[in-house]
Amino acid sequence: MLNRLTDAMNFQAQALTLRAERQRLLASNIANADTPGYQSKDMDFAKALREATSPASNTADSNMTLTQRTQNALQSSLSSMTSMDSNTVDMDRERASFADNTVKYEASLRFLNGSIRTMMDAMKSPNSA
Amino acid sequence: MSMFNIFHISGSAVSAQSQRLNAVASNMANADTVAGPDGQAYKARQVVFQSILAQNGTDQTDVGVQVVGVQENQTPGRRVHDPSHQLADADGYVTYSNVNSVEEMVNMISASRSYQNNLEVMGTAKSLLLKTLQMGQG
Repeated sequence: MLNRLTDAMNFQAQALTLRAERQRLLASNIANADTPGYQSKDMDFAKALREATSPASNTADSNMTLTQRTQNALQSSLSSMTSMDSNTVDMDRERASFADNTVKYEASLRFLNGSIRTMMDAMKSPNSA
Repeated sequence: MSMFNIFHISGSAVSAQSQRLNAVASNMANADTVAGPDGQAYKARQVVFQSILAQNGTDQTDVGVQVVGVQENQTPGRRVHDPSHQLADADGYVTYSNVNSVEEMVNMISASRSYQNNLEVMGTAKSLLLKTLQMGQG
């Protein structure tokens, strides 16, 4: 019964987790910008989120399967140019994606904070305000 | 919390880049040396990077960097005719190190940029984690 209170937050919580995963992925790409033969990776965020929040996935082991799902959505990002050591990290794009993902992570966090505050306000006793 | 792994990933990259910077410094310092520690002319060194799975990383997504070895450049060094030199060979030639300082400068700039990039990634991850810690407080 109690989880009805937090059901509304599940979506943002999943989004936040996936954003964190993507952040880690992009950090790996930036770290390996000079490693010969490294293939840059990215995830299809929309697909991953859709799979993570579909009704069928609301099972107890949702955390276990999350990384699994991320793997499914993983894709070697197509690079416009490859260097001679067959490294496919495009630093400009990685930096842009990283900044983009940072902002969106903060946005998810803010949405989540908003829901939490709304819930907290609703639970307050009327005469304490 | 999966984002903590970013510190392992970027940390390994920062460490690798600083080793590369070390190699550049050593090459630049020896750009005009005639003899290395083994009596031969100094040979330019370069670090070799390889990606590794970061600490306790079980999935394929957190990939750090490590230095797997140091390679010596085997191209012959610069030979200068200077018979009066103490280390000149029988024909009067002195063999200098094979360091190409232009190449080393480029290498240095590239290493320092990568270093900065990884520091920035860590800074961003840190601020995001701190904000996440304050979730529901304000």
